Amino acid sequence: MSDVADRVKKIVVEHLGVEEDKVTESASFIDDLGADSLDTVELVMAFEEEFGIEIPDDAAETIQTFGDAVKFITEAS
Amino acid sequence: MFDLTGKNALITGASGGIGGAIAKALHGAGATVALSGTRVDPLEALAAELGERAHVLPCNLSDGEAVDALPKQAIEAMGSVDILVNNAGITRDQIFMRMSDEEWDSVINVNLTSTMRLCRGVMRPMMKSRWGRIINISSIVGATGNPGQVNYAASKAGMVGMTKSIAYEVASRGITANCVAPGFIATAMTDKLTDDQKDKINVQIPAARMGEANEIAAAVLYLASPEAGYTTGATLHVNGGMAML
Repeated sequence: MSDVADRVKKIVVEHLGVEEDKVTESASFIDDLGADSLDTVELVMAFEEEFGIEIPDDAAETIQTFGDAVKFITEAS
Repeated sequence: MFDLTGKNALITGASGGIGGAIAKALHGAGATVALSGTRVDPLEALAAELGERAHVLPCNLSDGEAVDALPKQAIEAMGSVDILVNNAGITRDQIFMRMSDEEWDSVINVNLTSTMRLCRGVMRPMMKSRWGRIINISSIVGATGNPGQVNYAASKAGMVGMTKSIAYEVASRGITANCVAPGFIATAMTDKLTDDQKDKINVQIPAARMGEANEIAAAVLYLASPEAGYTTGATLHVNGGMAML
């Protein structure tokens, strides 16, 4: 697994308090990992901080799964 | 009683009677304050009176870009905004049948839209720090209505609904959002009334007098305090019993 994926996973595990093996490529933050809409905003804020990037609101809305987040951040950073 | 040492507060309308009293109360409890308003001289005078831990950040709340910039300026000056007090407000009184779009828009824009913008501007850092206090100064007329103040009453009632919705969204993050709704308060504005006019007002108030600005400030101080962490989405009516809501 890439360095980006490891760092994203760490944030997700810490923030949502889920088991690491639940955070799979296709895991949806809301449907599978128990996030509410405010959690997803906070995850995006945490990604921005960790990777020093800016994720605009319209892009943030497309980040639904762990895989989406890794893909977006890999492309952006 | 309430200790705000280490907390940073942004107060709009700090050049006015109520805003100045709020700034003094929060500062007196140990907070660092950023004083905002349109008139620089009274802000500077208040900052000089307070001494340390006081910053002056002039802002015209009818200018959307300036409003969006204000939280950032406050964070630059103080390091954070832990307490936001939206106190600034304007009136453009007119009987409803004659009310122009401009009179409506200007009051809604300054009183309601700028309050929304400032709340939005401080939300992200408050979420991160898991602590925040938003206190919006509404008005008794937002609950009771008042002839000649369709625009003002709508803006103040809108503030209550907005504040409750914000309170819902962020309650789990240690952020509270509340309103204080003053009744008749003795300020420069009410000083202009004649004794006869004042008497007519006072008979409608069970306490039989106008309120003092520091009685509003005391309510704000409570809502800003760590002790008020379980009070959110509330409107604290401070009106001498004029409307018991």
